[in-house]
Amino acid sequence: MEVEEVYSSSELDRKEGKAINELIARSQEPIPDPDQWLDEELKRNILLTSVDALIDWGRRSSMWPVVCFPACCAFEFIATSVSRFDIDRFGMGIIRASPRQADLMITAGTLTWKMAPQVKRIYDQMAEPKWVIAMGACAISGGIFRSSYSVVPGYNRIIPVDVYVPGCPPRPEALIYGIRMLHKKISKMSIAAKGK
Amino acid sequence: MTVALSGSEIAKQVEKKFPGSVVESTADSLLVKADSLLEIASYLKTTAGLDFDYLTAITAVDYHDCFEVVYQLTSLKHNHSLVVKTRCYNRDNPTLPSVVGLWRGADFQEREIYDLMGISFEGHPNLKRIVLWEGFEGHPLRKDFL
Repeated sequence: MEVEEVYSSSELDRKEGKAINELIARSQEPIPDPDQWLDEELKRNILLTSVDALIDWGRRSSMWPVVCFPACCAFEFIATSVSRFDIDRFGMGIIRASPRQADLMITAGTLTWKMAPQVKRIYDQMAEPKWVIAMGACAISGGIFRSSYSVVPGYNRIIPVDVYVPGCPPRPEALIYGIRMLHKKISKMSIAAKGK
Repeated sequence: MTVALSGSEIAKQVEKKFPGSVVESTADSLLVKADSLLEIASYLKTTAGLDFDYLTAITAVDYHDCFEVVYQLTSLKHNHSLVVKTRCYNRDNPTLPSVVGLWRGADFQEREIYDLMGISFEGHPNLKRIVLWEGFEGHPLRKDFL
């Protein structure tokens, strides 16, 4: 049968399967949230410099989200981004298809292990500084699919998460609250502290 | 509206053509032996008056003692439909003939059944996992998966 030529090589499937199984093997524990520095900073009582204040203002005032909307929370994100709730108010109206131009990943939806390597790659391709908002129950913990054989039990298994927004799905108000929390977090960052 | 043909009526025709191939038939469906599935499918597709030229769906059910694979056929020419079922009792190595040669639409659906139920379709040109990844252990839609 000549139609067999339309099928892709099974070598590709084996490579993909190997990559997924390796990712599962090294993602058994959640990655700690990158917020330990928040407490330290307060304990040491360091005042931010005016340079920090300016840079943090710049960073939080135009966070461009990257496209990472694997499931139904995407619709609440879309509702948030368009005219009624309008995240353009925070300078976030430009949703980038290229991770190189994005600062923020809003993980709107259930993530399967098959999709996980791609999401991790998108995150890795984003330039520092970068932040992640886990939007919705599935993004936080896998939600109702947590015990499933194919679902990642929370994005923090593969990428560090800054802010968690609960809900199934979260209302746009909740997402905006999460975005405001991230703004507050960024405003406490010091460029002197390497990383986050 | 599409007319659902009676399984018992079609069973009479099929039984006449291939004696001993029908296990049981009801008003809703007919259950055929796995050995004669391919020739019956071919007969249903090519016989004038039946002309089941379109395969709506294939699904599989796990009944613990056997797997039942359900073929939902439609004739676009006559606007009627039929449900054909077949059973597979070998749990360790379930095998059925592939109908991809008759209906190309069976390609992905047989792969899905292979992936999630673990039923092999003999003669399928590209039988490999479609939803899960290569190297996944087991077939999750089987009742004994967990």
